[in-house]
Amino acid sequence: MAPLQSSQPWVEKYRPKQVKDVAHQDEVVRVLTNTLETTNCPHMLFYGPPGTGKTTTALAIAHQLYGPELYKSRVLELNASDDRGINVVRTKIKNFAAVAVGSARHGGYPCPPYKIIILDEADSMTEDAQNALRRTMETYSKVTRFFFICNYISRIIEPLASRCAKFRFKPLTEEIMNNRILYICNEEGINLDSEALTTLSSISQGDLRRAITYLQGAARLFGSSISSKDLISVSGVIPDDVVDALVSACKSGNFDMADKEVKNVIAEGYPASQMLSQLYDIIVESDDISDNQKARICKKFAEADKCLIDGADEYLQLLDASGNIIRAISNMP
Amino acid sequence: MLWVDKYRPKTLDKVLIHEEIAQNLKKLVTEQDCPHLLFYGPSGSGKKTLIMALLRQIFGASADKVKVENKNWKVDAGTRTIDVELTTMSSTHHVELSPSDAGFQDRYVVQEIIKEMAKNRPIDTKGKKGFKVLVLNEVDKLSREAQHSLRRTMEKYSSSCRLILCCNSSSKVTEAIRSRCLNMRINAPTEGEIAKVLEFIGKKEGLQLPSGFSDRIAQQSNRSLRRAILSFETCRVQQYPFTINQAIPPMDWEEYVSEIASSIFKEQSPKRLFEVRGKLYELLINCIPPEIILKRLLSELLKKLDMELKHEISHWAAYYEHRLRLGQKAIFHLEAFVAKFMSIYKGFLIETFG
Repeated sequence: MAPLQSSQPWVEKYRPKQVKDVAHQDEVVRVLTNTLETTNCPHMLFYGPPGTGKTTTALAIAHQLYGPELYKSRVLELNASDDRGINVVRTKIKNFAAVAVGSARHGGYPCPPYKIIILDEADSMTEDAQNALRRTMETYSKVTRFFFICNYISRIIEPLASRCAKFRFKPLTEEIMNNRILYICNEEGINLDSEALTTLSSISQGDLRRAITYLQGAARLFGSSISSKDLISVSGVIPDDVVDALVSACKSGNFDMADKEVKNVIAEGYPASQMLSQLYDIIVESDDISDNQKARICKKFAEADKCLIDGADEYLQLLDASGNIIRAISNMP
Repeated sequence: MLWVDKYRPKTLDKVLIHEEIAQNLKKLVTEQDCPHLLFYGPSGSGKKTLIMALLRQIFGASADKVKVENKNWKVDAGTRTIDVELTTMSSTHHVELSPSDAGFQDRYVVQEIIKEMAKNRPIDTKGKKGFKVLVLNEVDKLSREAQHSLRRTMEKYSSSCRLILCCNSSSKVTEAIRSRCLNMRINAPTEGEIAKVLEFIGKKEGLQLPSGFSDRIAQQSNRSLRRAILSFETCRVQQYPFTINQAIPPMDWEEYVSEIASSIFKEQSPKRLFEVRGKLYELLINCIPPEIILKRLLSELLKKLDMELKHEISHWAAYYEHRLRLGQKAIFHLEAFVAKFMSIYKGFLIETFG
């Protein structure tokens, strides 16, 4: 393998190049293959959880419509890391949208007479910027199509959403993910046993991109044969026994024991936010805790999570959360 | 030279703890060029040591020749230019800096320096284009904007520079950055490992260690290797040969905090609160970070408290620490915590003893 090649992330390397290769999103694929034939396409809004192929689909259709030559002049791609305030909408997007283009066929690609603006991670745009887009979208609808991509459709203002054809991207099933992962393993010459495969799909939670990133990380660190333990250490997921130790310390009702476990978790360097979400999974699924208690615990988790995002200390928040679990379980006020 | 620096392992082969991680890192850089790395773990666990050893592994001895520079950047930010000043440490192959020192202007630092580095790419002996390494400390203290702009820059210039990020808690680093890096969790060494290192140093220095002495230092160190070695050296200066019962001196400020704690326990009144305020000020003036004071104070208080009160006090500690983070003046929140504690404790005393 050439050294330059290897530095390319596998996520990019194995990104589907054609719309029909996108797995599991049948409706979108059907609409878009239709588009390829008729070269007619509405404004689009793709939404769904991360790693389900939204960006891939948008890029693939743009490439298939214009081909490599015209792509640069016909497609404008903006994502959250580009500056996307109201100024950019007013100048850059508007200027790009205003240019009219012809429809001459070019090298076997359909090349319809409009341009595409892809706004990735559109839910992180400010409301002002979204409002500024409304009129632009309509005025230049003859020569420009907008593709919005976002995780949460509720963050897109209603006037924008109503101008678009909406497509929900479903989380990938385990089977489809496994197929893809095994294909990549095959290409890269990696040994992945079935246990590691199950671990991979459970820690990535239907996010194919995350699964591939973990796989590449593990492959770089541990070589070509990967066990489920390696995957866990790369992904930053906390091993089950650490979480279980904290839970059982909490269930014992002894504050000092819980304190000791929390100190241990922090000293081992596990991130508190990850700990909270894994604790949450265990608490919600456990049978010996009543619904009332669960509600109380979860409320505290939410508060602790908010505090952590504000930058509060991990140890204190985790201690507070576990103190709350103890109190809830032993029905103390 | 302090022992901490003297016995800092210079190469990946010589590390005493995290041997497995070191071997993996070595494999990583010898096989192919390395990806972006994110080291996270508590302080005193050896992140920096590993990073320096890694750089030496990649670039050889020239990574040691470090010069400290005070750099100035003029950043063009649309309507005005911004001056940013920052201290950097650099060798021919790497640049190290803590962008969070620039406060809210950290975004410009991150963008500018990476661009600047990408412009002059080094060429290695075989005529191939090499890459530079940028070490960023305290990434968790970067503002959200800086982290967002970092992720784009990371991708754009990935061919010419590698980032090594270093932080205490990875939950304050956005998911987007974490997913672009290979995450390395560096756990704090266990007490046994610390004792092993102390014995190793003792042997090198030709010291006689009474049995169990290194274990006692390790227990007091809160699993921070740096602290353990520092207090080991302090012991050596204070009294040698070591005796079995030799007291291990605690840190000054910790003693001070436990004094505060015991004085709070003795009396709960506005007058005492006023005295405590003076002591807290004293600590803050000596540059002890407020959240560390609060944490230490909490653990001192928890030692002597009744079971029922522990929950409540730890809740309020978390509450005031959060507010402290959001607010500006640390003393308000520290004092509020003390006052809250006093009122709860007094109420509890009245309830039980009448």
